[in-house]
Amino acid sequence: MSEVILEAKNIFLSFHGVAALTNVSFQVKRGEIFSIIGPNGAGKTCMMNCVSGLYHPKQGEMTFKGTDITKLSPHRRAGMGLSRTFQKIELFGGMTVLDNIRLGRHLHLKAGLFGSCYYWGATSREEIRVREFIEEEIIDLLEIEAIRNEVTGMLPYGLQKRVELARALALKPELILLDEPLAGLNLEEVEDMARFIVDISEDERWKITCVLVEHDMGVVMDLSDRVMALNFGVKIAEGTPAEIQENPEVIKAYLGEVEDLYVSRR
Amino acid sequence: MSAADELNRPGEIEITEDLTLPKLLVRQCEKFGDAKVAMREKEYGIWRPVTWKQYLDNVRQITLGLIALGMEDGDKVIMIGDNRPQALWTEMAAMCGGGVGVWLFQDCLMEEVKYIIDHSDCKFYVAEGQEEVDKALAIRDSCPKLKKIIWDDPKGLRHYDDPMLISLKEVMKLGREKDKEDPELFNRVVSKGKTQDECLLFYTSGTTSLPKGALLTHYNMLTMGQNLMRVDPCTPTDDFVSYLPFAWIGEQMMSISCGLQVGYTINFPEEPETAQHNVREIGPHVMFAPPRLYEQFTRTVQVKYLDATWIKRKVYELAMKIGYHTAELKFEKKPVPIHWKILRGLADWACYGKIRDHLGLSRVRHAYTGGAAMGPDHFRFFHAIGVNLKQIYGQTEIAGISVVHRDDDIKFDTVGTPIPGTQVKIGENDEILSTSPSVFVGYYKMPEETEKTLKDGWLYSGDTGFIDEDGHLVVFDRSKDIMILSDGRKFSPQFLEARLKFSPYLRDALIVGHQRPYVVAILCIDYNTVGKWAEDNGINYTSYTELSQHPEIYDLVANPIKEVNRTLPEAAQIVRFANLYKEFDADDDELTRTRKIRRAFVENRYKDIINALYTDTEKFHMETNITYEDGRVVEIVADIRLQSVGEGGKK
Repeated sequence: MSEVILEAKNIFLSFHGVAALTNVSFQVKRGEIFSIIGPNGAGKTCMMNCVSGLYHPKQGEMTFKGTDITKLSPHRRAGMGLSRTFQKIELFGGMTVLDNIRLGRHLHLKAGLFGSCYYWGATSREEIRVREFIEEEIIDLLEIEAIRNEVTGMLPYGLQKRVELARALALKPELILLDEPLAGLNLEEVEDMARFIVDISEDERWKITCVLVEHDMGVVMDLSDRVMALNFGVKIAEGTPAEIQENPEVIKAYLGEVEDLYVSRR
Repeated sequence: MSAADELNRPGEIEITEDLTLPKLLVRQCEKFGDAKVAMREKEYGIWRPVTWKQYLDNVRQITLGLIALGMEDGDKVIMIGDNRPQALWTEMAAMCGGGVGVWLFQDCLMEEVKYIIDHSDCKFYVAEGQEEVDKALAIRDSCPKLKKIIWDDPKGLRHYDDPMLISLKEVMKLGREKDKEDPELFNRVVSKGKTQDECLLFYTSGTTSLPKGALLTHYNMLTMGQNLMRVDPCTPTDDFVSYLPFAWIGEQMMSISCGLQVGYTINFPEEPETAQHNVREIGPHVMFAPPRLYEQFTRTVQVKYLDATWIKRKVYELAMKIGYHTAELKFEKKPVPIHWKILRGLADWACYGKIRDHLGLSRVRHAYTGGAAMGPDHFRFFHAIGVNLKQIYGQTEIAGISVVHRDDDIKFDTVGTPIPGTQVKIGENDEILSTSPSVFVGYYKMPEETEKTLKDGWLYSGDTGFIDEDGHLVVFDRSKDIMILSDGRKFSPQFLEARLKFSPYLRDALIVGHQRPYVVAILCIDYNTVGKWAEDNGINYTSYTELSQHPEIYDLVANPIKEVNRTLPEAAQIVRFANLYKEFDADDDELTRTRKIRRAFVENRYKDIINALYTDTEKFHMETNITYEDGRVVEIVADIRLQSVGEGGKK
């Protein structure tokens, strides 16, 4: 648990002079669920984008598994075992669920053009392994058997969220960034999704480190090992859920609304 | 009335004093070995076969494992979970070890689970996964006889380290060790069994009172399967899809009684949600399902029809006209003229074949329905599209079946004639009595109830009926449900409800009219179909409650009522109705687990609405609480519209 898998040092990010993140530093340890909270516009998603490589910070340094990744492109980071889901679903709506998930695995496929055209030897063996991995580890885990051949765009929102998680898992990441995985879900779907997050974090077969951005305080406080609170791009607190709940700055900035947020699900 | 003596089927087994289900299993496994598939389960997207030899091996390991854990003769083993091979293995293992298998409906609430575990004195509880394990852990303190909780699916059970828990894999490992110690033990315990030993205990869903446990013997189960198959033989190459709850006698009838005797392949779907897809992939040869499933089928077809393009709708309409006409001739046992046969062939090619395929009925030879009444419209529909749908009548207490339709003698207002070895007669107050080798031994620990139900080998069903001029049994209704109308005529509410449910917009109905000035109905709309209709017609809604109370929806559901009214005598016509703000639910005790309406309870629960229906008011204000599955209670405040069916309902 003690090994640091992801570290951000003094991250600065600004858009045309508007500071989105100011001097934010944090460490994520292997195996934990680390949550980033904060009011709307606090810079949570910006932070996620800096980690995944969609944004490059103006200053500061980002290391993943001890390697400096500050300048790496998103796909190189994905290759290192960093995966993510999006706040707004970014699936291929016209493709089936299975195809979307397979796409997540694409980065790990070694077959060349020739092998793929003729489906020979190593290629077919590789495909079978991929199939087994997707079916046995992902579809079974996320309980999406009934929709595996459905076109993604036709599915209800809650299931699309689940498919997006499935695609992120297909990468077999070591660290996953979950950007508001519970937003827009009903109570039952929230409970399911929370269980899946615990599963991928704790299950022997996965043991994925999770970085979670979420508004649902009930879930954040239940699931997280540690929480970081941002406000206007500045880190205002970091600690265990209990510490965060009692931190006066956090309460001032954010938690005043918590009761309402928490209640709105019930 | 007794059965026309169908001859013994060639190749059928002989049921001797010694034969038990486990012995039959061993015999079939020796016969088929690794050469034949006993069951298939779709797992990880692929159908995975289990041969007869593997079936026996697994049963053997579980049996010995249970014995290692302390199972003794007559011990009860409770099982709860989805239909899957492991479920059948455990059930057979319980019987092999001299125990008695008890099945729980998977959606049983805690109270029911507790009652049944406690009442049945069960020692082992075999759960599928976390949900079922949680139920057992929650109530174990009040069930001191419970020794072990066995689980199968590890998902979510990572942190469970209670000493009472043990995984099925570990049980099987214990079994293998036991087998090494004493390789003859399995054969010894199996050979101890006698055909009159009790093997299964079924808790009947009980439309009125606490569940009663009906004890069935090996002999009951074996004779029932044999006698049914004397009417409708099955072959070892047949396929059957097992996806209805094992706690329902009908599923046991097909999977155990018939399946084991003939040795056909039993297929288990991947998940309950994929069952319909999986049925289509398999294309079973036999199926037995309660009416609600067939009602769902017709609803699906009707909804797809409404959604189809103009040309497809026209083809369907024409094909159905042909289908209904030829089906009618078949019911009347008149020959079908050659030109109608040709038309039917064309319609089959253009329409019915495709419908059957989509419903997974393309290979079905016998489709049975039973357990509740089904409207004649559904019967006509299925025969029109070429599905040989037949009614089964029976109770859990007679191992599921006593009466069935014969292929060439189907009358949709009857349930058919008795199966071989069975006698049916009408007793006092028109009560249906039956006797056969499959009549149960009694209710577990309820001698008074047994005495009331079982007299001189005759089973007193509590159903009212009569035998018609063709020797068919007609089941009118549960005796206590029959209503006396304003003109003194007796009428069956179930019949009216079944008729109403032919409408795709109606999911459930409650008919009231006993000693009342006229008949009224409380309806539950089908959320999906009515919701779709509302969307198509630009009606906004946010919830079931809101949708159900729309005036347009009232007009929509008034139409099927008018259609039903047209065929009814004046006094039986439905005069006023209301849409309920929620669906009937088994969790609210309104339905039994097999989705039969618990009439007295429901009538009492909605007595205010019913009373309001007998006044001139047009709105009824109500406040009530709904309990959700997770225990939350939500208050519902609603104005229920009360509406007259209106004209057009006359003959």
